[in-house]
Amino acid sequence: MSPVLADVLLVTALIGALALVHRPLGDYMAAVFQSRKHFWVEKWIYRSVGANPDAEMRWPAYLRGVLAFSALSVLFLYLLQRVQDKLPLSLGFKPITPDQAFNTAASFVSNTNWQSYSGEVAMSHVTQTMGLAVQNFVSAAVGIAVAVALVRGFARSRTGDLGNFWADLVRCTIRILIPISVIAAVILIAAGAIQNFGDIHTVTTLTGDKQAISPGAVASQEAIKDLGTNGGGFFNANSAHPFENPNGFTNWLEIFLLLVIPFSLPRTFGKMVGNVKQGYAIVAAMGIIWFLGVVTVTWIEYAHPGTASQLAGGAMEGKEQRFGEGPSSLFAVSTTMTSTGSVNSFHDSFSGLSGGVLLLGMMLGEIAPGGVGSGLYGMLIMAIIAVFIAGLMVGRTPEYLGKKIGTREIKLAACYILITPALVLIGTALAMALGKGESSMTNIGAHGFSEVLYAYTSASNNNGSAFAGFAANTEYHNTMLGLCMVLGRFLPMVFVLALAGSLADQKPVPATAGTLRTEKPLFTGLLVGAILIITGLTFFPALALGPLAEGLA
Amino acid sequence: MTTNTQKTDAKKQDSMSTPTLAPHQDAPTGHKPDGRVGGGLFDPKQLLKSLPDAFRKLDPRVMVKSPVMFVVLVGSVLTTFFSFKDPGDWFGWTISAWLWLTVIFANLAEAVAEGRGKAQADTLRKAKTDTVARRLLADGTSEEQVPGTELTIGDLVVCEAGDIIPGDGDVVEGVASVDESAITGESAPVIRESGGDRSAVTGGTKVLSDRIVIKITTKPGETFIDRMINLVEGAARQKTPNEIALNILLASLTIVFLLAVATLPPFADYAGSELGMVVLVALLVCLIPTTIGALLSAIGIAGMDRLVQRNVLAMSGRAVEAAGDVSTLLLDKTGTITLGNRQASEFVPVRGTTEAEVADAAQLSSLADETPEGRSVVVLAKQKYGLRERHQGELAHAEWIEFTAQTRMSGVDVDGRKVRKGATASVIAWVREEGGEVADDADTIANGISEAGGTPLLVAVKDERGARVLGVIHLKDVVKDGMRERFEELRRMGIKTVMITGDNPLTAKAIAEEAGVDDFLAEATPEDKMALIKREQAGGKLVAMTGDGTNDAPALAQADVGVAMNTGTSAAKEAGNMVDLDSNPTKLIEIVEIGKQLLITRGALTTFSIANDVAKYFAIIPALFAAVYPGLDKLNIMGLSSPDSAILAAVIFNALIIIALVPLALKGVQYRPVSADKMLRRNLTIYGLGGLIAPFIGIKIIDLLISLIPGIG
Repeated sequence: MSPVLADVLLVTALIGALALVHRPLGDYMAAVFQSRKHFWVEKWIYRSVGANPDAEMRWPAYLRGVLAFSALSVLFLYLLQRVQDKLPLSLGFKPITPDQAFNTAASFVSNTNWQSYSGEVAMSHVTQTMGLAVQNFVSAAVGIAVAVALVRGFARSRTGDLGNFWADLVRCTIRILIPISVIAAVILIAAGAIQNFGDIHTVTTLTGDKQAISPGAVASQEAIKDLGTNGGGFFNANSAHPFENPNGFTNWLEIFLLLVIPFSLPRTFGKMVGNVKQGYAIVAAMGIIWFLGVVTVTWIEYAHPGTASQLAGGAMEGKEQRFGEGPSSLFAVSTTMTSTGSVNSFHDSFSGLSGGVLLLGMMLGEIAPGGVGSGLYGMLIMAIIAVFIAGLMVGRTPEYLGKKIGTREIKLAACYILITPALVLIGTALAMALGKGESSMTNIGAHGFSEVLYAYTSASNNNGSAFAGFAANTEYHNTMLGLCMVLGRFLPMVFVLALAGSLADQKPVPATAGTLRTEKPLFTGLLVGAILIITGLTFFPALALGPLAEGLA
Repeated sequence: MTTNTQKTDAKKQDSMSTPTLAPHQDAPTGHKPDGRVGGGLFDPKQLLKSLPDAFRKLDPRVMVKSPVMFVVLVGSVLTTFFSFKDPGDWFGWTISAWLWLTVIFANLAEAVAEGRGKAQADTLRKAKTDTVARRLLADGTSEEQVPGTELTIGDLVVCEAGDIIPGDGDVVEGVASVDESAITGESAPVIRESGGDRSAVTGGTKVLSDRIVIKITTKPGETFIDRMINLVEGAARQKTPNEIALNILLASLTIVFLLAVATLPPFADYAGSELGMVVLVALLVCLIPTTIGALLSAIGIAGMDRLVQRNVLAMSGRAVEAAGDVSTLLLDKTGTITLGNRQASEFVPVRGTTEAEVADAAQLSSLADETPEGRSVVVLAKQKYGLRERHQGELAHAEWIEFTAQTRMSGVDVDGRKVRKGATASVIAWVREEGGEVADDADTIANGISEAGGTPLLVAVKDERGARVLGVIHLKDVVKDGMRERFEELRRMGIKTVMITGDNPLTAKAIAEEAGVDDFLAEATPEDKMALIKREQAGGKLVAMTGDGTNDAPALAQADVGVAMNTGTSAAKEAGNMVDLDSNPTKLIEIVEIGKQLLITRGALTTFSIANDVAKYFAIIPALFAAVYPGLDKLNIMGLSSPDSAILAAVIFNALIIIALVPLALKGVQYRPVSADKMLRRNLTIYGLGGLIAPFIGIKIIDLLISLIPGIG
């Protein structure tokens, strides 16, 4: 079988599996968030934190829940890293420095999982399992909860109530993330990923050097790393490491895991607003952008432009031999477009234009399909913007799902779309202007600039993947990237929840023949166009000086 | 059945008690009386005339209201400043000049839009000449002369033939014919009388006959004519909700692009390219949505102006916008859906007579009936049966019996033959009185007509064969031509039409079916109307209606778009948010279309403006960076001749497109009543796809022209 045919089959199998699963999973998630029952374990959690899961929250209360929970998480994670040497199972690792501990705490709580450390030589078993792994679950659940609150804003009328944050958080973790992770972890273990709490093995290599082989609860962390679009690998090499991602099957499974919730949430959305077609329109827009990315990057990597690649007969630098060009490209696009940030190959080594596509995937705001929850709310915000501009063209005050997009709604949506571009551009510009960018580059020219741009894009959009080659572990970058991650995660949530509140307050406008049909292919096309033009154009100059300059040279 | 006939009679009586001067209800829609601002066509000469205003608007305090154009203004000042620092740089000067032009073109668009209202305001001002009011003193007989501006609410003033009415008010005594052409443009005088629904008078109009006493209801400076002047001049113009929302989005896009440009110098610096202030400003101005930013307020003003041209005054822009969103239209049956009056549609003979006989008798008996119904019988007899219209004078020794509300019959006694036609009960009574028998099928036919929603009139005769009923005239409401198609269009636009009528449900249903309205409200009282509006609004729908009577006022106020007829009471005019000077209820449909057109124009130009950015990037980015990264020259897909020429071409295109689109902004995007889907597809193709492609062509052409200039390119 030729590699191209194999890749086509791989992608087809992936799309087929997602198509098969999104419906039951989407419906199940809708049922979870609309359920009135509490499991005994959930009741126990509510009692121990003193929350009333049946109390409806208006948006400020919901937001307070999100922010308080996340702030406590950052604090806890920070302290855990600072005292890890004093806790059991420390593997002898030192406490993490304050700037890196802040960066890591911000990173895992914001579902970014940017890692300025190497897991296997820095984080103890306790830090990994009690700290990082826990955040892999709950930070993902926070994102989904906020998305569900926005969906309720569309679904409900004449009430400011958006549900209960604690109930959404706990249910999402207990009923959705943990069960799927358990199944996925078992499959991963069966397929060859490791899972233990052993000590470091020291082996002597063929050349006589000593090599430390790190053990750990890898498979379990791997499952939620991808399922929760987290991306923080147990090992520095992430999914390129054979213990995390041993073979072609696990590679396919990991890609499936990182796409499955983001691509199923639109179904949940459709179900909850009582019109599944609305969900299909959203999932189609996500799918089109993702698919365009996959085709472009795979095509460029196969064409392997550049003297070195041409001489080598393939663009295999930075890619694993056991995966090859196609599966590596598929993983790269899927991980950048889902805000996951785990990698099975090194994006730094992709050809210039491919690197540009991966950057663009993040710059679009992580919405195709985006992170768990954040992808859906980001896409819905873009839908609001698209409806506002195009909706006018049908001669009515714009409305989406029966809710009018008035001054307040557009103000909140406009603030939302300002945040990440501002963080990316200001972050990169400051780093460059202060000389901090250049000092962390390991390449010169346009590629070096891409490294800096990639780091700030990844952090601000909560992706977490790195354009390897960028020396991120400096006090400056740890701090600035940490701030980008926190602001890039929680400021948008403020606007999303405020918007949800204002939508839930409205009375619905009944649809007539004069209403813009947002469940039709025309709208999907319009949405894709609006995303590419409005968000894409913001970054055109920056992209021109990085990947475009490199790729077109 | 009988109630309907009574209604007709009551109407007749009413019209006989006052001089007959019906408001011009059937005025053709969209009619433009002489002496008023002309149609929507754009005259290039207006650009020149408005130039001084465009310069006056350069005041930063005015400019700041449009965030996008304010940024361009700041940019122009910056580039000019930097050009002064480097006076030998022709590029800097040229860019500065075109940036200033961009700002001026934007102001010009607004000034032209406003200029069209100014001409109208001037006409109105003439009507507002200083009047001297004759104020009645407390004793009720003596008068004093006071300036019109000193009148207060509650004052009683006297106006006689030739007087200009000094302020808005209600007639409390007397009847007069009034020339309202100053505000309506219509030269035919109207009747104003105390009490009832025609008591409102407007300051600035002229009494032509008789004497009336007016109770002033508005403070000077706040009169109808004052408000009109403010409205057409745009002085009272406030940004509408949707316009504010659009401005917010445009401001946020401006900030995004400001960030993209402001962060560029450190990036470029690293790449080894130094970007001057002039090119940065040029890039920024090209990227921010200047096209829509420049035309936004002109679009709003022109939308109001389109209403004014149709003789509709919107008291707020908000109402115009709401008109586009309306999903339920409440339409009064009479005058809107049907012609004002019932008309004869057929003659039905009873057993033993022929249609021709009935027609002949019906015509003869209706000659003395001057009501519209009576006239329609004569017309039908002529059209359908070829019966020449006979005149009363033709028949010698004829004794004419005129139609009165008491007898409810008309007819003639000639050559020993008595012919009568009229309400069923009256005619039956007459036949019996004359000793005749009523054919048993007469009643059946009459009932059949009633049930079908029509009104039966019996035709009877008394001759040598005795008194007997000949047949029945079927009177029915005649639906105006084209209404069915109109409602079909509205349905396609997603608008539900509800017919409001005082008729019984049976009649109402028949007419509703014939006219093709979606729903009807029969035997409607003002309370029913109000309840209907509230019910629709509770379902999230926006409701539009027309009204003229005082009892319509609460419903007019409750409706999202309430159009008061100018002939109506001041209470109605006060309650509605629009006034139709022509008092033509059919215009509601046009108002909805104008509201939609306004929103469509905004959306289309926003889409166009944003889509333009793609081409501008392809012009400017390679121009800026191809020197340091030669690969980027591949992005120069237009093959522009030189970096300077490319940037200049983009800036010039950006400025010229504003002027090129002024006519479209003023006229509005072409609107056709089709479904939202079709409309979106069409507008997206024209303004979205067109907006992507047009600048590629435009910039290339401008670049070619620039490269012809010696020393450049």
